Amino acid sequence: MTSAPARSARVRPYAITGGRTSSRRPLLLETLVSVPGFDRAVYQELVAETREIYVLCRAVRSIAEISAGLGIPLGVVRVLVSDLVDEGRVRIHPSPAAAGAPEHVLLERVLRGLQSIQP
Amino acid sequence: MVYRASSPELSPSAISTKMVVAGGFGAGKTTFVRSVSEIEPVTSEALMTEASAGADDLSATPDKVMTTVAMDFGRVSLDADLALYLFGTPGQDRFWFLWDDLIRGALGAVVLADPRRLADCFPAIEYFENVPDMPFIVALNCFDGILPYGIEDVRAALAIDPEVPLLTCDARDTASAVYTLTELVRYAMNLTRDPVFA
Ligand SMILES: Nc1nc2c(ncn2[C@@H]2O[C@H](COP(=O)(O)OP(=O)(O)O)[C@@H](O)[C@H]2O)c(=O)[nH]1
Ligand SMILES: [Mg+2]
Repeated sequence: MTSAPARSARVRPYAITGGRTSSRRPLLLETLVSVPGFDRAVYQELVAETREIYVLCRAVRSIAEISAGLGIPLGVVRVLVSDLVDEGRVRIHPSPAAAGAPEHVLLERVLRGLQSIQP
Repeated sequence: MVYRASSPELSPSAISTKMVVAGGFGAGKTTFVRSVSEIEPVTSEALMTEASAGADDLSATPDKVMTTVAMDFGRVSLDADLALYLFGTPGQDRFWFLWDDLIRGALGAVVLADPRRLADCFPAIEYFENVPDMPFIVALNCFDGILPYGIEDVRAALAIDPEVPLLTCDARDTASAVYTLTELVRYAMNLTRDPVFA
């Protein structure tokens, strides 16, 4: 990434994303991201925040966990994850609706899950 | 502070869903999330620009002062392939713009209220009343078991729709917090039930 040195926190997010402004995917805070097969060559190629995301997502993480875990603003995480998806380096897990679960089926599953929680 | 479980890794085929815990400052949102979460709840100083949070547009106002927002969240595995995320809303009113991002895709919301300071939850109730298709319930977090009024008096004071579930809970107690979430799910199920069979 060729970015001018960040002069202050004010311009930093803009610099990290290379001036791009929005992610093209509907990435919710809970959207899960993972690396299907960690590749050292890809790791070597990536830089800075993108590399950190690639490493972190060897285990499945949500957008919110990526932001909190790496201290990267949410808007920036969304842009960078979107790039990594375009490059085929990470995958986004489908939302329950996209995975084909009608709302009431999901709610029943959530209810069963909650009822199984042992304090 | 003891967490419910060590943080198990999510499966490669996991999917996720979300619920929101809202309410006034000090109502017990962080405590509630902590009681349910199996990961160490993150109270992150999520660094964001107002632009990035609202329109996801980082360039519109690149010189806007960065805001740190205390965003609470936790996670609980509901089964081998389903993770539930719980998000506590940021308390300050000037972060309303973040709520839209927080609630997008949520199954529903729990509005926590401290019965001694009921009015603190009014803004949250008003917010959810104006979100289409977003079930919410109100849970009175009874600090030290004290509910100074009858629950129907509270309902009247809150001026909520008679169908909106209103219950008491103890945000510190896992069973109570989880039960509160099951009530939200049951309410959401009633709302989404196919009208043909209702
Ligand atoms: N006694 C008692 N204290 C509580 C209860 N719920 C929360 N607290 C305490 O009240 C304070 C505010 O709770 P917190 O979860 O941080 O509120 P938030 O601002 O809504 O996130 C904390 O010191 C909690 O430990 C409760 O049910 N009983
Ligand atoms: Mg809090």
